[in-house]
Amino acid sequence: MSDLLKTTNLNLSFGSIVVADNIDFSLKEGERLAVIGQNGAGKTTFINICTGLIRPDSGNIYFADEDITKKSARAIVKMGMVRSFQLPQVYSEHTVRECIELSLAARDNKTSLFKSLSSCVDQKEVYEVLTSIQLLDRSDVLAGSLPEGHKKLLDIAMALVLRPRLLIMDEPTSGVSSQEKHEIMRILMGVLDKYKVTSIFVEHDIDIVSQYATRVAAWISGAIAADGAPDMVLNDPVIQEQVLGQSFSRTEPNMNTVKLVKGVS
Amino acid sequence: MKGIIATIILLTGSVVTAFLLPHLKTPIILALSYGLAALGISVLMRAGQVSFGHAMYVCLAAYSVAFIAKAYPGIDGLVLIVCGVAISTIAGAIIGIFVSKYREIFFGMLNLAISMVLFAVIGKYYNITGGSDGMMISRPSFIGFELERDGFETLLLITTTVSILLVTYFIERFFNSPAGKFLCAIKTNETRLEYIGVSARFVFWKGYVISSSLCGLAGAIFALVQGLVTPEMGYWLKSGELVFISLLGGVAHSFGAIIGAMAFEFLKMYAAILMTDYWHMILGSTLILIIYFAPGGISGWLKNKKYI
Repeated sequence: MSDLLKTTNLNLSFGSIVVADNIDFSLKEGERLAVIGQNGAGKTTFINICTGLIRPDSGNIYFADEDITKKSARAIVKMGMVRSFQLPQVYSEHTVRECIELSLAARDNKTSLFKSLSSCVDQKEVYEVLTSIQLLDRSDVLAGSLPEGHKKLLDIAMALVLRPRLLIMDEPTSGVSSQEKHEIMRILMGVLDKYKVTSIFVEHDIDIVSQYATRVAAWISGAIAADGAPDMVLNDPVIQEQVLGQSFSRTEPNMNTVKLVKGVS
Repeated sequence: MKGIIATIILLTGSVVTAFLLPHLKTPIILALSYGLAALGISVLMRAGQVSFGHAMYVCLAAYSVAFIAKAYPGIDGLVLIVCGVAISTIAGAIIGIFVSKYREIFFGMLNLAISMVLFAVIGKYYNITGGSDGMMISRPSFIGFELERDGFETLLLITTTVSILLVTYFIERFFNSPAGKFLCAIKTNETRLEYIGVSARFVFWKGYVISSSLCGLAGAIFALVQGLVTPEMGYWLKSGELVFISLLGGVAHSFGAIIGAMAFEFLKMYAAILMTDYWHMILGSTLILIIYFAPGGISGWLKNKKYI
């Protein structure tokens, strides 16, 4: 199968700080990739570059074999790559239901000036989405008044109803209590499975990474330091020392199975 | 629905007052047309944007009416209104392409700048526009009727009332539609809008065009009622007054702009009678009180109390 998302020689620096250092990356359809790395390692920047928010200094990005390097964020969304944000981006003065309905209207190009929003979209689908993110009973409250965990789910749902091929989530569980984290991931993964969406998520919680990811990529100083199966990457000594911190050493390092990417000794 | 009923009550009250107290007829028509223009401002305010130059569309429509009436004597008043609205809508569509890119203070100031260019141009080209003296409009026929001043005003009052009803209905429908709700989302989260594949700029442009045509409608009616258009109609102080009315009336419902305009006009009128030298102070204090006690304006307050 060809790659769904691919970047070649991606470079970007902000002044003297290198945030993307020659990134060669590819993702296949059906994968569920966790991106790990310390703050400032360039994870969010990588997502921002891929989704058209920031332009790289050099290099190319391909989505479904099409060059999207110079495409606008909006065009990329229309092609099927959508994202959620570290700080949930919802319409704080719209109700939860309206937030979902607006995404559906955007997906189906419903831009009527006269027909009401709720009659423009399929109410059955709205009901299904609200049920699957378990916000049905809060559908008429303003999105801005939701607790953080619910906002995150809503943010992701607003992206997911666009029926993307690839969903990129920037820290879906940050700012959420540790009990809630698993709950959110469980709901999320159920929905992702249901719609067969390939996904990338940035995550700091190693339990969640090892439980839900099919592949892990570790970022160090703007470069991918390790990329492979969760067990391999999480047990890599370099990753344990530089990304996870010493306390995470659980098993003996297994150097042979880890695919080390250039740039890290 | 309650808001529409409130609007009907307000309009009926205005019409009845105009018949009982004929000397108030002209002020009432002027206030109502101001309400239409303020409604245009409110449309943009729902997107979180304030324009300090929208009097230019009022002025543009008014001058269009004056020019067309001069060029085609005998043309019907209703046709003049339609032409005025059409011209300000086209102008809004063109200027909108440019200003829809900007937000907040940049948007406000850019509109102000463009409106002042128009103001200056009208003031300078004395031979064509009559300069600061303005242009007279001789009273046209209206819907085929050749009328005296009083009958003409009555017809204008009815026309204005009916247009407000229609406009209120359509604007409320608009704010319930996908396009209207996208427009409101510009206020809270433009980034998200782009990331669901919607062009925030195009959404905002549509809102801008609607607002310019509402101001145009106001300007055309204004011109016919006064029978005189002056560059002052497009001066930035007038744009400021429209913003004042929007704040006073609130943007929770279209009703707000209309009641805001009535409140403003009559406050101004009676303040000028009671305290000739200090009437600005009364307006200023009112605005302070409104912002402090009812930040959502009159309509916001009514909505909170579930009256509309």
